[in-house]
Parts: sequence; structure tokens; C-alpha cells
Amino acid sequence: MATDDGFERTYPEIDDWTDSRELLANARKQAEERQLDDVFIVDIDSHISDGGNWPEIMDYVEDPVIREAASAFGDGSKRGAFLNGTNGLQWQNVWGRIPHGQGLKEAVEESELSRETILARRCMDQMGLDYQVMFPNAMLFLGMHPVPEMEIHLATAYNRWLVERVLPEDPRIKAMMYLPFNNPVEAEETVKRFLGKPGVAGFLVTSSRHKPVHANEYMRLYGMLEETGQVLGFHTHLNWQDEYTSQLNRFISMHAISFVLCNLVHLTNWIINGLPERFPKLKVMWIESGIAWLPFIMQRLDHEYMMRTSEAPLLTKLPSEYMRDMFYTTQPMERTNETLLAASMDAMNAETQMLFASDWPHWDFDLPATIWDLPFLDEAAKRNILGYNAARIFDLEIPEKYRAMAAE
Amino acid sequence: MSELFVAKVEDMADRERRIVVEGGLEIGVFRLGDEFFAWESNCPHAGGPVCQGRIMNRVNEVLDDEKRAHGYEFVEADVHIICPWHGYEFNIRTGIHPGQPETRLRGFPVTVREGAVYVAV
Ligand code: FES
Repeated sequence: MATDDGFERTYPEIDDWTDSRELLANARKQAEERQLDDVFIVDIDSHISDGGNWPEIMDYVEDPVIREAASAFGDGSKRGAFLNGTNGLQWQNVWGRIPHGQGLKEAVEESELSRETILARRCMDQMGLDYQVMFPNAMLFLGMHPVPEMEIHLATAYNRWLVERVLPEDPRIKAMMYLPFNNPVEAEETVKRFLGKPGVAGFLVTSSRHKPVHANEYMRLYGMLEETGQVLGFHTHLNWQDEYTSQLNRFISMHAISFVLCNLVHLTNWIINGLPERFPKLKVMWIESGIAWLPFIMQRLDHEYMMRTSEAPLLTKLPSEYMRDMFYTTQPMERTNETLLAASMDAMNAETQMLFASDWPHWDFDLPATIWDLPFLDEAAKRNILGYNAARIFDLEIPEKYRAMAAE
Repeated sequence: MSELFVAKVEDMADRERRIVVEGGLEIGVFRLGDEFFAWESNCPHAGGPVCQGRIMNRVNEVLDDEKRAHGYEFVEADVHIICPWHGYEFNIRTGIHPGQPETRLRGFPVTVREGAVYVAV
């Protein structure tokens, strides 16, 4: 059967170069079986990027010396210029077993459109998405860059490339702007510069970094984001070099812990230092740490707060109550124990606080059916998690066809 | 019950697989030596196209008499099909996930007749 754009399946062995319409053909099937094309779906987090456009992004570097220096990398191609990515990302595909885990290498047609837009459309069409928030892989490591200023150069180039090149190509693609968070003043400048640009859906901190989120130097930034109603996302990532994680000899072990550890630290600092009291209207979102960590830290903080209240004097209620005011993306949704998953989602008021994310094309991506098939949620909760919570929080326009359906 | 032609025996090499499609049903048919096995290409994890994945042998960790670890080895007897979506592995002879026997593929009978392979659906 051909897709709308004429793609025909050939059922090959799937490898690194397989077309994502072939790879995701079963996602289309799932969408049709469940009538998900009648459900408004927003994917809060995807990583369609294979590094192929990095040379193009380097042309958006504003410092002329750095821009020129990019040519010294990648045998003159600028590929990977200045990036501090660790090998961890190269282990995502379980040594060849999950080909797309290493990034999509498929061919795309000759087009004026960026490769990212073409690949995002393939995914959105197969999964039945209405909007997809895009975030390139390369940026995930920048918080640990040994040259702090490099985060500013690369973040600005990347934000400009997204806003000037990619986002105008398709209104279904959105992006959260990268905040060069190790440089608080520059992070404020990033907000001022990109706020309100078409397709910009908030601002994002990559969580792998050693910067306490409660430092006074960030208060102006948080105030700006609160005042302008923007989402502040903390996107988790790995760090295999920390003293504890460096003892873990398998990717599975490091990934299970490291992708939670950074957000555990930042969320704990966020709450215990009373930031929700200081910025009560700021929309804070925790991205890609899954769900299972939440009942752990919720109980742990509540238990200790009752005994050590004087150490968190700005709080006027339990840590878990602040947690229930924040937002969480669902992926990677741990679901080997349905009882625990149901309790965890219930504990965090998933119906209003959780948002679907695919993380496509990473090795542990989720599908809309992941949420739709949960037996313990009612349909309204599923629709909220899949799309309506995102529409509310990011102020996204809901397409007319859904509004008409709701009115019927 | 109907029978679908898969391939001529001589056209399928050892460790080769074919995907046959009947309506919405996709079936992977695998050859291991002189034996054939057929499984639905619909992964019990999240519905991925499991039979289009890589075929690799089971991995084992090598321990010595004192239970010290000495790296990995492939187990020749256990051939796995690996779902390309998230990596669930299934033994091609049994359809069973090596870490949890209840997680298994749906199988179909295969017959070899007059030099050709057929799967019954
Ligand atoms: S769908 Fe097969 S491993 Fe997830």
C-alpha cells in the first residue's frame, strides 16, 4: 500500500538507511486501527538530525573568526565542528540492533526543503502527529562543553538556523530555543531575541551540566520567562563521566541512571530552594526522564521535608504538591509493571500535567498508541496527554477539524 | 485456513528471511539449516516490524570456574530475530524472548512441499 506521498513498501531488512516511511509503516497502521487521525496529537520531543546539516548551521555562527574556524573540522566539511559529543550517543543502537538509534541516514528527494523538514514530515504522517517539537542531538552535550563561550556561539547559530531556515518550512514543526544556560546573561539575551518568532514554542535547558538551577544569577531569566508565559524545559541527557556513572560498564546501566540523575538534581534544587514560590506562574517541564523517577523523588522529598522544614523555608506545601504543578513528558514510558505505572501517573495528575513525546528516532522512542492503549486512563485523559495539554501549555492552535469534532 | 507460497527452497539461503503479506497480515518466514519458521511481523512490545530486523545469535557472557567475567560470546545454536524498533530479541526457533518467556511472537505453520515453502494462515 502506498502512503499519501506515493511511497510503496518493499519490506526489506531494516538497516541504517531504510526510509522512515517503511520503518514506521506499522505506526500508520496503528493510527488507522485506533482512528488516531481523529485525535489531536502533539509530539513534544523529537531528535531528527543526523549531523548532516551541521555545516549549514555553522554558516549561522555570528562571530566571524569562529565561523571561519569551523572549516578546520571534519576534513574541511565542518561536520561536527566544535562539538563535544561523547561516545555514549554512538552506543544507542545496541551495536547495530536498532539501526535508527544512530540517527536517520535515509535518502531524501532533491528539494528546497531542509532534510529535517522532509524527515519530520515522514514521521508526522506515519504517526498521525499534528505538531512536532524538534531538537537536534548535537546540542544535547553542550552544557558540558569545556569552552563555556562555545555554548553561546553554537546555541545562537542553531537557534537562528531553526528560526530562519527550518521553522518557516512547515507550521507543524515547532522548536524550543536552546538556552546557553552556563552563561545566564546570554540566556536572557536568547529569550529577548527569539521570543515570539514564528514556530518558537518555549525555551530549553539541556540538563547535563553542573550549574545549580537556584543560583541567583538565573532569577532574571526565570522572571522573564514567567512574565512572557513561556515554557522552561529541562531536557535530560547522559553524562558517562560523572564519578558515579563512570563506574557503570554498560550503556543500559548508564542510560537508566544518567538520564534521570541530572533531572533529579535540578528538580530537587528547584523545589527545595522554593523556586515555585518565587515564580508561581512559570511553566516548568521535565523532558525525557520518563515517569518512574517521579514517585521516588516525590516520596523522598515529602518524607524528609516534614522533618527538616527549616531547610526549605520558602515552601508552604509539600514538595510533591509543587511537583504536581509542573509538567512532564511521558517518554520513555516505563511500562513493564502496569500497576506501578498507573499509580505513578495518578500521583502526578497525568491527565493535566503529562504530555506525549516520541523522542523519535532514538532507540527508546514511544508512539501515540503507547498512550492510547493504556487501559487505566479514560479517553479524555488520553486526549489531554496526547495533545490538549500541549495546546494549553504552549498555546498551540488546535486545527479546525478537531474543533468541529468537539462541537458535534 | 489458506496457504501462501513463500519461496522455492533453493531460493532461500540459510538464515534468510522472507516477508509474505496477506491483507493486513505480515509474516516473516525464516530458514535455519533445513528448517523453516514463520512468525507474525508484529512485535508484542509496541507493534514494530519485528521480522524485518537483523538476525544475530544470542549473546552470552563468559565466566570462568571462579565466576570471573571474560567478555562476551555468540551462541551459535540460538539464532535471534531482533525487532528494529526497540531491540526486543526473539529466538527464531521458539519465538520466545530470551529474558521473559511470556513475551513471544505469534507463529504460523510452515510446510515444505515439492521444493517450495508455504505458510498456513
Ligand atoms: S516494538 Fe518491537 S521492540 Fe518495541
